[in-house]
Amino acid sequence: MVTWTDFERATIQDIFSKIDYDVVGSAALSRCLIVYPWTQRYFGSFGNLYNAAAISSNPRVAAHGRVVLGGLEKALQNMDDIKQAFADLSVLHSEKLQVDPDNFKLLADCLTIVVASQLGKSFTPEVHAAFAKFLAVVVAALRKQYH
Amino acid sequence: MLSKKEKKLIREIWERLSPVAEDIGADALLRMFASFPGTKTYFSHLDISRGSAHLSSHGKKIVLAIAEGAKDISQLTVTLAPLQTLHAYQLRIDPTNFKLLSHCMLVTLACYLGEGFTPEAHAAMDKFLSAFAAVLAEKYR
Repeated sequence: MVTWTDFERATIQDIFSKIDYDVVGSAALSRCLIVYPWTQRYFGSFGNLYNAAAISSNPRVAAHGRVVLGGLEKALQNMDDIKQAFADLSVLHSEKLQVDPDNFKLLADCLTIVVASQLGKSFTPEVHAAFAKFLAVVVAALRKQYH
Repeated sequence: MLSKKEKKLIREIWERLSPVAEDIGADALLRMFASFPGTKTYFSHLDISRGSAHLSSHGKKIVLAIAEGAKDISQLTVTLAPLQTLHAYQLRIDPTNFKLLSHCMLVTLACYLGEGFTPEAHAAMDKFLSAFAAVLAEKYR
C-alpha cells in the first residue's frame, strides 16, 4: 500500500493543475521517441518519425501523448489504489500492446524533464521527488499484470 | 554515437554553465538525494543539507569534471583516467548510481534552460552522460 504525505498529495495535484495536458503529453512522448529511438518500435503505424522535427510535429504522436496524460489523470484521481485502477491498462500493455515494461521508465523520465522545463525553479528537489514517486507508483502498477 | 553537431551542443552548454557549476552541481545532487535516498549512503562523511559548503563544493567538482570531459569528448578515457582510478579503487560507488545522478542532472538542466533544453539537446546530453558514466566505471573490473 502506498502512503502519501499531505505534501506529496498537494504537490502532485498542483503540478497537474499547472500543466497543459496537450502540450506536456505531446512533448513527453516526442522526447521519448527522439531520445530513445528504439521506442519507435511500438509506433510503426504513426507515419513519419524520421527525425526530431518530424516526430515533434507528428499529429498522431501529439494525440497519443494526450491519451497518456489522460491515463495519468486517472492515476491522480485514484491515488490511493493506482494498482487497482490500472489493472486493465496493465493487461492491455502486456497482452495486447506487448510493450517491454522497461519503456515505462523511459517515458516517465521524459515526462519529468518536460514538466521540469515547464515549471523551472518551482520544480524544486522536493517537488521533483514527489512527482518521481507518483510516476514510480504508476510504472509499478503498469508492470503488475505482466506474467 | 555522437554527431559533430551534438558534441558542439554539449560543449557549448557546459561552457555556459561552468560559471554556475556550484549551483548546477548542488541542485543535481539535492535532487538525487531527495528522489533516491539510497544515494545518500555514499555521503555520510559530508554535510549534504541544502546550502551547505560541502554540497556546493562537491557539486562544483562534479560539474567541472563533466565540463572538462565535454571539451573533447573523443578523449574521455584520457581526461577521466585519474577519476576512473579514484572511483574504482577508493570510492567504489555502484555504477547504477551514475544513471541516477545523470537523470537528475538532466532535470536540473531542464529547470535551468527551460525551452532551451530542446529534445535534441536532451538526447545529446543523455548520450554524453551515459558515455561519461561508462568510461568512469571502466576500471571497476
